[in-house]
Amino acid sequence: MELQARRQNRKESRPAMSEIEKTIPIEVLRYRPEQDTEPVLQTFQVPFTDDMSVLQGLQYIKDYLDGSLSFRWSCRMAICGSCGMMVNGKPSLSCKTFLRDYYPGGLRIEALAHFPIERDLVIVMDDFIEKLESIKPYIIPKTPRALSEGEYLQTPEERDVYEQFSSCINCMLCYAACPQYGLNSKFVGPGIMALLHRYNMDSRDGGTEQRMELVHSEDGVFNCTAVGYCSEVCPKHVDPANAVNINKTESAKDYFLRFVAPKGAAK
Amino acid sequence: MKPRAIGKRRPYVRPMAGWWRRNPFFVEYMIHEGTAFFVAAYALVLLVGVVRLAQGEAAWNGWLQALHSPVAIAFHLLVLVAMVYHSWTWFNIMPRTLPPIFVAGKRLSATAITSGGLAATAFASAVLLLVVWRLST
Ligand code: SF4
Ligand code: FES
Repeated sequence: MELQARRQNRKESRPAMSEIEKTIPIEVLRYRPEQDTEPVLQTFQVPFTDDMSVLQGLQYIKDYLDGSLSFRWSCRMAICGSCGMMVNGKPSLSCKTFLRDYYPGGLRIEALAHFPIERDLVIVMDDFIEKLESIKPYIIPKTPRALSEGEYLQTPEERDVYEQFSSCINCMLCYAACPQYGLNSKFVGPGIMALLHRYNMDSRDGGTEQRMELVHSEDGVFNCTAVGYCSEVCPKHVDPANAVNINKTESAKDYFLRFVAPKGAAK
Repeated sequence: MKPRAIGKRRPYVRPMAGWWRRNPFFVEYMIHEGTAFFVAAYALVLLVGVVRLAQGEAAWNGWLQALHSPVAIAFHLLVLVAMVYHSWTWFNIMPRTLPPIFVAGKRLSATAITSGGLAATAFASAVLLLVVWRLST
């Protein structure tokens, strides 16, 4: 009896979804490689409350309507960078986007643009990960130091120079916003350039020359035509377009300095 | 990079055709890049003027006359609108393209850079207009 009462109680404290009157149509681009030759749209009617994110809407679909729906997520608080998708055509973190803003019209959710679709809303991110590794995203000390010499010191001013670019959460929204990456996936792209710039600007780092090779290359910064949408959609205000464009100048400087200073002497 | 097909995997690559129509942001980008055409067209008109000047007084006067036609005036008005829009978008993107600028230890804000650029454009245009006005009257 007591158990039953407790059960009853629990039911009441969490509003059962059927009791919520507001329902929103969510269109999801499905792709199940074993049955679909190409992606198809499927609409779900999802009951929701004002505090529900788009991600929670998808979780409702997976829990109650269609368990086969695939999507990535983890933190639910805009810090892990897993839940990026196109919401009404705009690259968004689905945990930071709210269903109420699309009521009553509804919304369309698709996998992040410009990446191959693995399944439903899950993209193939191998290309991004390979690029991430290729830029040596770690501090390469100018001169190696023994442990006994203590830590590398840095002033707050020296840190300010790169701090903005270190806020990247690798969510890839900027890649989904970059038509140049969509047209030519060899382009290093915004987020990775921001990370490269973050290390090059670090006063403790001496790896700039190694990384600049990629900046100058065919796949480097000159693929950018300053569309600027990457910085617009970035949820962490990294401003990757700024990193890319500063490096156009850096690359041009390097090119012309070659004629006045022998290689190696030019910074 | 081509995704590897392992077992049941069959990654789907979406086409890019018509990409710029998919998002209002891209449509605006195409429009403001398109205004560069008007800038080039105007430069061409000026270039023709220089060539006519080299060909002698009659040719030069003919060119000046042509500029007074209603078609030429309508064209110039169109170019003016395109140029103003071009400058506006140019200075709006400017903060994204510059390395950080520090004034008295503080980073110059994007708004300051944009409004600085726009003010410089307005000032230069006004000075130019004044000089040309003085010379022609
Ligand atoms: S730069 Fe911004 S949008 Fe791009 S991956 Fe990093 S956090 Fe995401
Ligand atoms: S779930 Fe982690 S960023 Fe959205």
